[in-house]
Amino acid sequence: MPFELPKLPYAYEALEPVISKKTLEFHHDKHHAAYVNNLNNLVKGTKFENATLETIIKEADGGIFNNGAQVWNHTFYFEQFGKDKYDVLKVSSFSEVVYRDYGSLDILKDKFSTAAKTLFGSGWVWLVEKKDGKLDIIQTSNAGNPLRDGLKPILTCDVWEHAYYIDYQNRRPDYIESFWKIIDWEVIANRY
Amino acid sequence: MSFELPKLKYAYDALEPNIDARTMEIHHTKHHAAYTNNLNNAIKDTDLANKSIEEILKNISKHPVAIRNNGGGFYNHNLFWDIMSPKGGGLPKGDLLDAINRDFGSFEKFKELFNNAAATRFGSGWAWLVKNEGKLFVSSTPNQDNPLMDIAEVKGTPIIGLDVWEHAYYLKYQNRRPEYIDAFWNVIDWDQVTKLFM
Ligand SMILES: [Fe+2]
Ligand SMILES: [Fe+2]
Repeated sequence: MPFELPKLPYAYEALEPVISKKTLEFHHDKHHAAYVNNLNNLVKGTKFENATLETIIKEADGGIFNNGAQVWNHTFYFEQFGKDKYDVLKVSSFSEVVYRDYGSLDILKDKFSTAAKTLFGSGWVWLVEKKDGKLDIIQTSNAGNPLRDGLKPILTCDVWEHAYYIDYQNRRPDYIESFWKIIDWEVIANRY
Repeated sequence: MSFELPKLKYAYDALEPNIDARTMEIHHTKHHAAYTNNLNNAIKDTDLANKSIEEILKNISKHPVAIRNNGGGFYNHNLFWDIMSPKGGGLPKGDLLDAINRDFGSFEKFKELFNNAAATRFGSGWAWLVKNEGKLFVSSTPNQDNPLMDIAEVKGTPIIGLDVWEHAYYLKYQNRRPEYIDAFWNVIDWDQVTKLFM
């Protein structure tokens, strides 16, 4: 069965003014869609034709890895937003490890933001759960995905320029500061 | 001594409609300026402060990553502005055309190879026409790496550099990188490229 482009879980204008309708239209309908199409074309006749995205992320290389990981990464990115819905972190097993490993949510946000601002070129920043249950913040370039290294993704920020250039141009730090306003912390907590 | 952001030889709107004025202005005054400033900060009070950019890039594997990224960004954009012109486009002539025909078979074959290098560079980076001991090569590099660097797969002197970071085309072309690559050939300054080749 071919890989499918998931629908955005909200309207294109739902994240305004943090992420514009125009950005979401291109990001989802063009970029995310292209990764899905490219992947479907590339896996034809290979051992990954009926594989899961997770298997592709762990085992594939080259174009199949790049497109497969980008399909997964964008679905994961789009699913974590919901402006003004759950803008506070409620008490949960996730909030406990945030306090345990970072002291406060603000410190976690600061560290994550620094990682997002300093990633050079295209890529993703991730909050991950390590095998020992501790949280960590990592950068991956281009299509990189933490599953490849046995880490569990919890939260991500796309810092490819296409994610913010229409709205923020060169001002990546402004995009990252605004990014926190649309995080649905209930989705994040449930991923832990 | 510190490196200076060069002035452009043409107005920001001079390459319209191939590259729009807003993209040119942000690209030059924000992106290129930031690479220049960051490079100057990274070499301040080090023994690189008196070296040429070419000398710095040649031994880049020995320097911190901030110098690789910002030194590359400084040099690459200098070259990029330099090889474009509002009077650009058309075909190369003379010795350069002869060398292209000799090394790639034809100008069309060269262009196809170059376009493919530019279109398939995944993520951010550059496509290059490189001269090495008189012979021409097409290559691409990630991020702000370039053929002068000792870490480059294809080494030599770059005589064409095309920026395929999304910031180079997103405001006008968004996801349509191939359209931007096509438009680049309308503004390429073959006289300048020929000077760099000679
Ligand atoms: Fe993206
Ligand atoms: Fe650039």
